Amino acid sequence: MKITREQVLRVAELAHLELSEAELETYSRQLDSILAYIEKLNQLDTSQVEPMAQVFSGEAHTENASAREDVPRPSDVVSAVLDIAPDPSRPYFRVPKVIDR
Amino acid sequence: MSPGILARYEPVIGLEVHLQLRTGTKLFCACSTRFGDPPNKNTCPVCLGLPGALPVLNRGALDLAIRAALALHATVHERSRFARKNYFYPDLPKGYQISMYEMPLATAGWLEIPLDGATKRIGITRLHMEDDAAKNLHEGFPDSDRNSYIDYNRCGVPLVEIVSEPDIRSPEEAYAYLTTLKQVLEYTGVSDCNMEEGSLRCDANVSVRRRGEDKFGTKAEVKNLNSFRYLQHALEYEIERQIGVLESSGRVEQETRLWSVAAGRTEPMRSKEFAHDYRYFPEPDLLPVHVSEALKAEILSKMPELPDAKRARFLREFQITPYDAGVLTTTRALADYFEAAVNAGAPPKSAANWIQTELLRRLNDAGKEIAESPIAPAALAELLRIIERGQITGASGKKVFAKMFETGDPASKIVAAESIGQISEAEIERACREVVEKNPDNVAKYKAGNDGVFKFFVGQVMRATRGQASPQLVNGTLKRLLS
Repeated sequence: MKITREQVLRVAELAHLELSEAELETYSRQLDSILAYIEKLNQLDTSQVEPMAQVFSGEAHTENASAREDVPRPSDVVSAVLDIAPDPSRPYFRVPKVIDR
Repeated sequence: MSPGILARYEPVIGLEVHLQLRTGTKLFCACSTRFGDPPNKNTCPVCLGLPGALPVLNRGALDLAIRAALALHATVHERSRFARKNYFYPDLPKGYQISMYEMPLATAGWLEIPLDGATKRIGITRLHMEDDAAKNLHEGFPDSDRNSYIDYNRCGVPLVEIVSEPDIRSPEEAYAYLTTLKQVLEYTGVSDCNMEEGSLRCDANVSVRRRGEDKFGTKAEVKNLNSFRYLQHALEYEIERQIGVLESSGRVEQETRLWSVAAGRTEPMRSKEFAHDYRYFPEPDLLPVHVSEALKAEILSKMPELPDAKRARFLREFQITPYDAGVLTTTRALADYFEAAVNAGAPPKSAANWIQTELLRRLNDAGKEIAESPIAPAALAELLRIIERGQITGASGKKVFAKMFETGDPASKIVAAESIGQISEAEIERACREVVEKNPDNVAKYKAGNDGVFKFFVGQVMRATRGQASPQLVNGTLKRLLS
């Protein structure tokens, strides 16, 4: 196993997930196989390859061609979204008082 | 704590300033950024974090951020990148903030602050863009003990974060840094820098060390310093607190503290079980940001004149005092007002005086900004020209000014309607003759070479005309009668 039980619990905690013993077992195995695959990729020599964070990087996309002009366009979706919110109090969204973890 | 103990320590302070950029729309969606709109009116699938929504960068926000960076002499990088900062909180529906992390927009800038009659250079580590979180309302509802209410209008509004080097050595320097930063940013027009509306927010990293020590002490981060007064009070409190800890052989904890306005002290935020782990990673939904030399040059070419340059030019072009130039360039709006008045024909020196005394006092009393002045620069210029010509006195001018402020009418109309300055040359001549005839002793003294008596005659004539005669006319007439 590449990944420890503590690491899986920590990742779950950061994601606000509570895992049962069985789930912990499943996810540990799945995460482990992902890490094993990454390890395999790590065997390749990439010292001459520029790190890539996005598929579209490189020089083809210069000068932020995909940016938009600063012009407002009202969306007016809030009423529809509040309809499906778990506990709205119009015009607000409402959530249980937040307690810092 | 005794000044002797305080003097043994040196505070080391760095400030993190969040500034809302003055755009029409949010950073990654086309929702309006207007302040004060009905709650949640300006929201859409992107800023509500609905599944499948994709961010699109606001070009206007990028231009403003570049302008801010250039005004702070920072190096704007050709390539920068957004990253996800992951944490869960109801004010952040996406589950992450889109910020910049390992490749910020700009680094290595500086700002010169006034200090004891000289200047000190404060380094700026970095400037990066990010989106703002929503406004949580924790109070004011019947169920506020159990629930929080959320207004997502502010969520996604474009911010820049400006991080200073730990170059600040006292609360006074911190105050000067924030004041100067605000002034420069206001001049560039990148933000309205309104602390009340939250468009300028400030956190501080504070530590203390024994004087002469090279190593920094352990720092605490102090949040919620959202007014100039709080900033200074909170820093003073925090510095003394840390010195107190060290003096009693304790250790300063690395922690985040909140300035409590009510208690007048910094308090530890509820401690987390473990340190934050934001798991930053490059934002896959946005392309890297590309800033060419051409774009930088274009933005630089449109950079408004900054406060230092404007001050120097006012001194050079208008021959006003350095003090006057300092006051008149406090804000761009005030400087523009002064310059517009001068361009409309007002004598610079008297425009400087009238703006600093009459205009600012009345605006202050009325709770108005310079932009809301009922007296336009050209209208002030007209009044000052009437005074300069000697048509009315300075004293009458103040009365006319008050009327102008009240009614918005032009000076010439008020002068005509109120018969101010209507004391004719004939009346002045009569008053002068009377004063000369009644005071033969002083006439003799004057003729014997006592020039000081001349003031007596002028005073008497002004009294007789209740201050409404033109001093130039009175002087001329008296000189003629007495020669």
